[in-house]
Amino acid sequence: MTLASNKTVAVIDYGMGNLHSVAKALEHVAGENTQVIVTRDPAIIDAADRVLLPGVGAIRDCIGEMYNTGLVPSIQKAMKEKPFLAICVGIQSLMSHSEENAGVDCLNHFSGNALFFGEEHKDYDGSKLKVPHMGWNQVKQSITHPLWKGIPDQARFYFVHSFYVVPEDKSEVAGTCDYGHEFCVALARDNVFAVQFHPEKSHKDGLQLYKNFLNWDGKP
Amino acid sequence: MGLAKRIIPCLDVDNGRVVKGVKFLDIRDAGDPVEVAKRYDEQGADEITFLDITASSDDRATTVHMVEAIASQVFIPLTVGGGIRTCDDIRRMLNAGADKVGINTAAVFNPEFVREAAQRFGSQCIVVAIDAKKVSLEGEEDKWEIFTHGGRKPTGLDAVEWAKKMVDYGAGEILLTSMDRDGTKNGFDLGVTRAISEAVHVPVIASGGVGNLDHLVDGVIQGKADAVLAASIFHFGEYTVPEAKEFMAERGIEMRL
Repeated sequence: MTLASNKTVAVIDYGMGNLHSVAKALEHVAGENTQVIVTRDPAIIDAADRVLLPGVGAIRDCIGEMYNTGLVPSIQKAMKEKPFLAICVGIQSLMSHSEENAGVDCLNHFSGNALFFGEEHKDYDGSKLKVPHMGWNQVKQSITHPLWKGIPDQARFYFVHSFYVVPEDKSEVAGTCDYGHEFCVALARDNVFAVQFHPEKSHKDGLQLYKNFLNWDGKP
Repeated sequence: MGLAKRIIPCLDVDNGRVVKGVKFLDIRDAGDPVEVAKRYDEQGADEITFLDITASSDDRATTVHMVEAIASQVFIPLTVGGGIRTCDDIRRMLNAGADKVGINTAAVFNPEFVREAAQRFGSQCIVVAIDAKKVSLEGEEDKWEIFTHGGRKPTGLDAVEWAKKMVDYGAGEILLTSMDRDGTKNGFDLGVTRAISEAVHVPVIASGGVGNLDHLVDGVIQGKADAVLAASIFHFGEYTVPEAKEFMAERGIEMRL
């Protein structure tokens, strides 16, 4: 085995905490020729075969740290040219704008906004729904996509979030979920895929999605 | 269809072994934490809670290694509690692979710690654990108080008001244990579970007292809990997680099967 045959997946570490679970889950499904690198080095991200953008915490800090660490150009470059997966706050950071933290401009890869469920969020029958939306909910696959391969429609994934994305172009919606109302939980365009849930915490279906990402050629 | 109620097996870990006390006293050995966690993961548990009840805090390194071992093999959410007193403690556990940390006594003695922790790490990973005991007498209006030190020390704090305050301070979830019920197998204290669940907008995990599967159902339907935590009914093989889930689903509760 030569080094040249190795594939790398860069997990972008822009200082927003715990990337252990993401890296462990990727390593669990990666073949021996795939190297998982948690990094904030633009050169490594630029050279990686595929890139994963995690996200945790508040959006203002996330976007702020992406700029502070100087990683925005590498993130934007990767989104133009190689398989790219964003998770959790990562999906929100790809929108035009989020209403969290009194309003934050995001990376604008997908047109649309991230909105708050609201503290008075209600179910269809008027009963109170807890916010954050925390736990296992079903994901309806809106499109056929390589990243859904081997995952049953309506499979349950683990969510923890209080904001949800509303893309302007509905053809970019790859999956939806229902919690008081139906909302988008997966977006896809060209070589970019983004999900609101945590695949690394979603047991076998989550691991399958990571496996699909590692096998993905970036074509829809 | 929609969000599932969660079943969370709890590993009370003392000196590197899973144990389960009855009213925090009598301790029975239930195995190696990593093996136990893997078994529950395979059974389809929705999350796992690891509670470090080691009396001395000298040996936190053991806990860190165990959390690392569990987190690299178990791909469901993992909460670690017990002895979390500083932001460094939190960082250490998150770096070891925990997804959330449970803060209990430290919150009572220093509520600002919860605010600081939520601001630094995000509410999504801050679970405030509340140990409550009923203090009202027969015929009086229900009242529950926060106790510390395994249920021995009263604090004078009203449990429902305390839960609301902790959520205001940034708690992302409440883990509510009834100290009257813990280890008794008589079922959750449904009164305090419901009172707190209705008072806060974040999820509430009911804990303390599960002896059979009807208790889990009652915790969700009557107690309005978003998740139910149990230890001994699973540890000692009385029920498996799938049995519990099917039982709850048959009674109309949304479950991840």
